[in-house]
Amino acid sequence: MSDTRINHTGIIDLAQLTDSGPTQDQVLLSIQDLQVWFELRRFGFGRAGFVHAVDGVSFDLHEGEAIAVVGESGCGKSTLMKTILGLYRPTRGKVVFEGRDISEMGRQDLRGYRSKVGYIQQDPYGAMAPFMTIEQVLEEPLLINTNLSRSQRMQRIEEVLTEVKLTPVGEILPKFPHLLSGGQQQRVIIARAMMLNPKLIVADEPVSMLDASVRVEILRLLRGLQESHHLAVIYVTHDLSTVRYFSRRIFVMYAGNIVEKALTQDLLASPGHPYTEALLAGTSDPDANNAKTYKAIPPGEPPSLITPPSGCRFHSRCPYAIKGLCEVEVPPEFKLQSEHLAACWLHRKAEV
Amino acid sequence: MMTSDSPLLRIEDLVLHFRTSKGSVRAVDGVNFGLDFNEAVVVLGESGCGKTSLARAILRLLPRNVEDFSGRVFLNGKNVMAYKDEEFRQKVRWQQMSFVPQAAMNSLNPVLKVGDQVAEPLIFTRGVSKQEAMQQARHMFQLVGVPEGFLQRYAFELSGGMRQRAAIAMALVTTPELVILDEPTSALDVLTQANIFNVLKHIKENMETSYILITHDIATSSELAQKVAVMYAGQMVEISDAPSFFHMPLHPYSQKLLNSVPRLHGDKEPDFIVGQPPSLLSPPTGCRFKARCPFRFEKCEQEPPMFMKDGRLVKCWLHA
Repeated sequence: MSDTRINHTGIIDLAQLTDSGPTQDQVLLSIQDLQVWFELRRFGFGRAGFVHAVDGVSFDLHEGEAIAVVGESGCGKSTLMKTILGLYRPTRGKVVFEGRDISEMGRQDLRGYRSKVGYIQQDPYGAMAPFMTIEQVLEEPLLINTNLSRSQRMQRIEEVLTEVKLTPVGEILPKFPHLLSGGQQQRVIIARAMMLNPKLIVADEPVSMLDASVRVEILRLLRGLQESHHLAVIYVTHDLSTVRYFSRRIFVMYAGNIVEKALTQDLLASPGHPYTEALLAGTSDPDANNAKTYKAIPPGEPPSLITPPSGCRFHSRCPYAIKGLCEVEVPPEFKLQSEHLAACWLHRKAEV
Repeated sequence: MMTSDSPLLRIEDLVLHFRTSKGSVRAVDGVNFGLDFNEAVVVLGESGCGKTSLARAILRLLPRNVEDFSGRVFLNGKNVMAYKDEEFRQKVRWQQMSFVPQAAMNSLNPVLKVGDQVAEPLIFTRGVSKQEAMQQARHMFQLVGVPEGFLQRYAFELSGGMRQRAAIAMALVTTPELVILDEPTSALDVLTQANIFNVLKHIKENMETSYILITHDIATSSELAQKVAVMYAGQMVEISDAPSFFHMPLHPYSQKLLNSVPRLHGDKEPDFIVGQPPSLLSPPTGCRFKARCPFRFEKCEQEPPMFMKDGRLVKCWLHA
């Protein structure tokens, strides 16, 4: 199932994208009731509480599946990603990759794990050492993780650069990062993530720093790589309008929790959680009529994660909050359809 | 030209070139456009096309390496380009027009209370008492929707959205007729963005402010735009009313730009623009977009003038 969903023009067929299921594929990554808390200290010792950055997140990611995690800054999505990458240790819960809990891995295993997981940073320029040439940037993962000879390494670099369409390779390699345009820098970062043939790519806002005119180009490139290498991709973003061109499923995060999980088309057509609804309402399509109306957006700002609100964390901003229920009890995930779950009491008649 | 019926601001042949070690960078290269009272113009373009330099040229906030700065800027019919720097500072900047810079949320002074900063322009330009200025600052905070208590706080205690609103309050405190906003929401979250645009609309209705909104985010720009000006390689390539522009842009660059926007609704597949904007060190002769244009023909070797079509202006031979 390599390039089937991309036709000759490189355009992704939306219809095919949405009905292709990953069911035949095995679970690659399983997040089980994950909590990542950061301790706050007062004057260096006394404990002042915890930041509940990720607070009870569970999901499965299949081999070759592209999912998107959507949420605002401070909702815990970057902490979740960094925990998946093994940069933070879970406070409770597990990150299981290919059947093994990564927090139980030793140093050597962890190195093996990291070579199977690629990371695409938000700011491509900030992710490269300014004193290293592109050649050095790309060679480094091979030097650390493989025992390829110099000529084999150069061959691999050329292979990957051709794949991310950074050619002529000979001209790119001796350059320093600041000599490349933003789009080219992001391609180098993608190439670096692909260098070790990973099984999973974590892309943290890969296009938010880029010009609108190149965003689509980079998203298409990622999509193409995902298809041809059967990669699992976690695409983290705050921009719902780019998600539908990329991923099969969307997870919406709010204040450390995933509040809605759905297939992309279902979520856009009928959002189940009021927060998702607000996000959709807040996203504009270019239309001159927008200037005539005000946007309906929830009042206030996301809550503090040090003392998260009781019950549903969105209740104080929610236009549909049910008194005596939403602020008291944490809503479970109600099942609206197959593969559409929403943690909201509005759906309390649905099965859990 | 359309500029004759633009009573608030009229810009003619504005040029801003910078001197660098590699030669002169022609960031703003002969720009003409105008703005009516209580009107919002959006200046669109990719990074590096001279949008921010245009804002700085209008406000005369210039760096040291200016090589050429010329043209005419009429504000309420007066050519403010003829003013000396000091006169411009006293009469125009923050009196008649003010500025919300890019990443305004990080432009607040970290060691001053937010309220003092918001009140400061009033004390400096109008010479009012501190008390009076604080009163006005309080009023502005209400208008942009930040609780008054935050006047006594420092910038780091405010969220990104609140800081951005404080920067807008600072630009509005002297009740200028024109506010130039440079990428006011590019670093903010979706809901915060929507909120800022609600605030800007509200202010436009209540204070009859005019805006020049500089952005590369086409989708959110439509939240405010009444008129759209598209900039490419230091020049304006299309100036149009917003409804016609978002319905059907005329210039091939504008069309490509609008097509590159991912949309929530509809089946249209977004496309990208092949290639990169030209270097402003040595912009191409003829039409500057020709290397990336799908409709290029012989005529494009000559520089097109601004053609008038249905009350819209477009710099392209296709509309000759």
